[in-house]
Amino acid sequence: MKLLIVDDSNIIRSKIARALGSRNLEVVGLARNGHEAVSLFARTRPDVVTMDLTMPEMDGIECIRRLLELNPDTLILVVSALADKATAIEALKLGAQGFLCKPFSEEDLAEAVEELIKGAVHG
Amino acid sequence: MDEQNIQIFIDGVKNYFLQQTGVAAEVGTPYLSDAQARVAYEYTGIIGISGSSRGCVYYTAPGALLRDVLLRIGESDVTPANQSDLAGEVANTIAGNARREFGKDFMISVPVVVSGGAERISLPPDLRAMVVPILWRKHAAALVVALAGTS
Repeated sequence: MKLLIVDDSNIIRSKIARALGSRNLEVVGLARNGHEAVSLFARTRPDVVTMDLTMPEMDGIECIRRLLELNPDTLILVVSALADKATAIEALKLGAQGFLCKPFSEEDLAEAVEELIKGAVHG
Repeated sequence: MDEQNIQIFIDGVKNYFLQQTGVAAEVGTPYLSDAQARVAYEYTGIIGISGSSRGCVYYTAPGALLRDVLLRIGESDVTPANQSDLAGEVANTIAGNARREFGKDFMISVPVVVSGGAERISLPPDLRAMVVPILWRKHAAALVVALAGTS
């Protein structure tokens, strides 16, 4: 499966790539904001996206909306520091399938992505 | 900023270091900042707050601490660019996690990172800033919280 990582932090992008790149996921793009994500998404057609919410230029909520317009079957895991329930519910209502709160361990992330993929297979 | 609210940020600091590095941070007694002697280390990640509160939260740390944290989280690139990135990410994570208690209307900006002295950090002049001293593996750092409610 192809993976697109969206986060304005270079160290978080690297951490996600390290954690998931070795788990049958091919990292096809790294985006620093929503605009870059939309552009990379159109070119690389990923199956799975990890999405930060607080980013410059275009935030994660707007980006989720745009990506799902391009392909409603995309699996989106929100990876954000925003820990309130209302934000998680908003992202899930928009069509994201999972929410992982920062700070996270590589194991937490791998588990969350596995759940996301399992849910898609069985759902 | 009352005692209960500052505890939310203290918990955020403790959770961040323990979760990310496996080594607990010691947090000292918070104190009111002197506007003339603002605390600042080499890198400072600043988050602007709006909505139900206004003001800012900043995390400031020396490069040596940030290098050490980067290595502990498995990041081999410990260049100044990544140290700066980490200062912003710590501030973002602690401020974002505070929404668990403050709710969605506690709106946070993207981080702005400055390097160098305190003169580059501007706080709202009408707000009192609380300094939370942090000690992690013998490195001193601080979280500074300057907030007022708007509702």
